[in-house]
Amino acid sequence: MKIAVLVKQVIGSESALEISDDSSWVKEENASFVMNPPDHYAIEEALAIKEKIGEGEVVIVSQGPARAQKVIREGLAKGADRGVHIEESVGFQTDPLSIAKSLCSAIKDENFDLILTGLQSDDTGMGQTGVLVGELLNMSTATLAIETDIDKEKIRVKRELESGWFQWVTLDSPSSISIQSGINQPRYPSLKGIMGAKKKEIKVVPSQSPDKKQSIDKVFIPQTSKETEVIDTDLNSTVERIVEILKSEVKVF
Amino acid sequence: MNILVVIEDSRGSMHRMSKEAIAGAQKIGGNITALVIGDNADALSNELSSIDIEKTLIVKHEIVPSYNADGYKEIIAKVIIDTSPDMVIVGHTYQTRDFMPRVSAKLDVPFVPDIIGIDQGIYTKQVLNSKLNASISSSEDLIILSFQSACFSEEDLVKGTSTSESLDIDIDSSMIKSRSEEPFQESAAEVDLESAELIVSVGRGIEKEENISIAFDLAKEIGAEVSASRPVVDAGWLPSFRQVGSSGSTVSPKLYFSLGVSGAIQHVVGMKGSKNILAINKDPDAPIFEIADYAVIGDVLEIIPKLVETLNNS
Repeated sequence: MKIAVLVKQVIGSESALEISDDSSWVKEENASFVMNPPDHYAIEEALAIKEKIGEGEVVIVSQGPARAQKVIREGLAKGADRGVHIEESVGFQTDPLSIAKSLCSAIKDENFDLILTGLQSDDTGMGQTGVLVGELLNMSTATLAIETDIDKEKIRVKRELESGWFQWVTLDSPSSISIQSGINQPRYPSLKGIMGAKKKEIKVVPSQSPDKKQSIDKVFIPQTSKETEVIDTDLNSTVERIVEILKSEVKVF
Repeated sequence: MNILVVIEDSRGSMHRMSKEAIAGAQKIGGNITALVIGDNADALSNELSSIDIEKTLIVKHEIVPSYNADGYKEIIAKVIIDTSPDMVIVGHTYQTRDFMPRVSAKLDVPFVPDIIGIDQGIYTKQVLNSKLNASISSSEDLIILSFQSACFSEEDLVKGTSTSESLDIDIDSSMIKSRSEEPFQESAAEVDLESAELIVSVGRGIEKEENISIAFDLAKEIGAEVSASRPVVDAGWLPSFRQVGSSGSTVSPKLYFSLGVSGAIQHVVGMKGSKNILAINKDPDAPIFEIADYAVIGDVLEIIPKLVETLNNS
């Protein structure tokens, strides 16, 4: 089974966030980058499926500037077989449809049996790349997979619905599936894996820039409209104040 | 402005976020058409008949008796082509995330998801773990939007009367590439969080499973239900039916009293519509404090036992 995992390099949750001078995004030179955290689960699931079937290939695919090769290399160090880097040269891309089209033109000839993606990216959080790519490549799709039952004969996934409900879905091959975070315990790269990753192939292809359908024009710091009363005092005064809130302000009794 | 609102079937009744989506469409203003799909369409249409919209379109098809991503995509795409709305609106639910990107790709129409505000063609969306907001725009004639929970309020829904009509849609059965089994729950829900007036919610700050009991002690004193954030459920300390957030229940009680909940966005979307939020956390920078009415900085393991004792004595 030939499996692609679409991964993204994003600004880390601990990174400094300084809005760029034109307010269009944040200053990249002061930011630190990591593999999008939900993507670790997708890579782990792909590696586990390949190990279960006993043959096949896991390919890490990422679109981004030159620095994105770091996360492809990280996937290879975990055990993926090779990488495809779709290199962007025109600044930060935010339109999910044009990104999906660019991804499709780079990978369509690979004829993957399975495409896995993480839940959503921690930067723009559009949460649709896997489904867009699935539709554009005429594949079946499923989202929020919290368990997979995949072998040569079948593709079944347990989808997480809301409020504690679940549902099994059987999908035709080929299929594009987005993986719910928490589905597995993502492995860390071993030292041997890190050394081996250096010799694995990363094919670099230029990104396409189809017409943009939507764009992020500016970013700004949210203004909170709520007035928050901060209670930061000794234990007795804190408890006294909470009792007063419960009785006189929220009136729970 | 012609607005199409796709209604979500929540086991025979209208999903709460579909009501918020209609309230949003009413605020935006224009001719609102609601679309209901599947075996429960008549029940949903009945609910819609007392809401101030233009009309409800009912689509029933043997291939799509209940939710199926491909079936929904085919139906919605055809309804959009037939009725040419200027805007398609839905609630940002798990189901929306499953089918709406397919509609977007099929029709080559932008889908701006999870927005928290709309003003003159500028859509506001949280980015970078909700540390920043982004203004999004599109120059396309048609746009698909999904609203984050509590972006609009169900209470603002304007009542009225509306009619309904059935629509026949041809679907090529070869377009259906997935087959869904019956939805199921792993543990039967013992509480109805969504209608609870008072909720005590437990987060990772409770530290240990043994400490969960203090939340129940407090809940008993004030007559509240107990809920939890995802890490607490994933750790197995509380069952999943108690989970609040994007993968759990969405609640809007009179009081949401959180104990050691940090306030990750996945949790916040499920409770930010609460009338009063009282949050206790050790970390003064916890994101929950940004939406709290009362931000108590301190250790829940000290404060709650003392609070329970005080309430018990009074």
